[in-house]
Amino acid sequence: MKIVVDYVKCTGLGMCEAEAPDLFEVQDDGSLLVLNECPGADQLAAAQAAVDSCPTEALTLVED
Amino acid sequence: MRNDRLVVVGASLAGLRAVEAARKSGYAGPITLIGNEPHLPYDRPPLSKAFLDAGADVDGAPVHPTFRDEATLRDELDVDLRLGAPATALAPAGAERQVVLRGGDAVPYTRLIIATGGDARMLPGGDELAGVHLLRTLDDAIAVRAALDAGARTVVVGAGFIGSEVASAARKRGLSCTVLEALPVPLVRSVGEATGKVAAELHRKYGTDLRCGVGVTALEGSSRVEKVVLDDGTVIEADLVVVGIGVRPATGWLQGSGIALHERDGGILCDETLATSLPGVYAAGDVAHFPNLLFGGQMMRVEQWTNAAEQGALAARNALDPENAKPSAAVPYFWSDWYESRIQFVGIPQSEEIRVVSEELGEEKFLALYRRGDQLGGVLTVDRQSQIMKYKRLIAQQASWAEGLAFAGVTS
Repeated sequence: MKIVVDYVKCTGLGMCEAEAPDLFEVQDDGSLLVLNECPGADQLAAAQAAVDSCPTEALTLVED
Repeated sequence: MRNDRLVVVGASLAGLRAVEAARKSGYAGPITLIGNEPHLPYDRPPLSKAFLDAGADVDGAPVHPTFRDEATLRDELDVDLRLGAPATALAPAGAERQVVLRGGDAVPYTRLIIATGGDARMLPGGDELAGVHLLRTLDDAIAVRAALDAGARTVVVGAGFIGSEVASAARKRGLSCTVLEALPVPLVRSVGEATGKVAAELHRKYGTDLRCGVGVTALEGSSRVEKVVLDDGTVIEADLVVVGIGVRPATGWLQGSGIALHERDGGILCDETLATSLPGVYAAGDVAHFPNLLFGGQMMRVEQWTNAAEQGALAARNALDPENAKPSAAVPYFWSDWYESRIQFVGIPQSEEIRVVSEELGEEKFLALYRRGDQLGGVLTVDRQSQIMKYKRLIAQQASWAEGLAFAGVTS
């Protein structure tokens, strides 16, 4: 699975980073850095939690 | 369960998340979603932020921040939608438990989620004059936006988060804006004095006329508001007055239901799984008092987006599977956008000590840590977006005060 960010919707609120700090990090200017676009099997639950928690619905998990 | 029906009262974020979580968990029975307003569920944070900006129109009208279209709700989620139909009573006993709607319709339930949120408080007389608005609903935001479009001289009553965001929007358009605050320092009750002073600085820096320690004695005008009269005799001319003086839980309709309510504010008393005092009835979001196990079981009622989202989903899962009910134990988090800055807070502000770490370090961007016993209880930042979630995790891990200070780069 691959993480896709809609950078128009994303405002850097950081819920994804709270859920999955190994996958996401908000930068000081509020932009989102995806640390690992293709989470491993052991990271999928955290990735899904990040997607579900996003207040602006900017994240999706898609098939590779 | 025979004749099972999940009813959700309140069609905002918590209510929508309850519906979605119920379907996601495999519940295939009937769901009714009851909402006060005629609108489909929509997102509130943008209403006092981007929605008020000039030039964000499509075909001359602002884009409504609707979460899901009607087809998704009715067809995909298979929801019986009752919008524009305020619940007026709850009858939890008798042959059939039911929610009564305005007009007399009754909706029977076996499991009920109450997510009615809060009603914004109005100033006395404010309802009688055009040009005086709250900012809670989409209709409020449409009206405020139209007034800003017309170049209104804006007066905001209450220097809280909503009021300050409205002031930001007015100043962004170059409109004159006065903010009136009853307390000597804005936000002093919610986030403490040091943070309040920083908030006041932001207003001044961007040309908002912030006046603290003043009360409004009258709103005057023939049919539209023309003047705001203060308790020191000052008169301010205004075309638009936005009142942001807080919210009270919307529980008036529960009078007589027997549900246990908080004696001070009328919010609904829940246990840690969000179960209320009535069988099969759960509450979520702004309306719910609950003991947060992350903070020693302290009772709290949280008026925040993430809380509403998380509790809506949790209340539905717990209502559908009470034997495996899980507690609501998240770190509260809110954000507010003022002018060019983002204010973020994680944790709870009630504290025994507030350390303004940025001052100690000689750094410009504000950072304050809130001590709760020997633990890190809360953190407030301005424009430190790369750090705030790291503090949220520290609080979730129940980090000590010393650990919090060390992470911030200072010693105890």
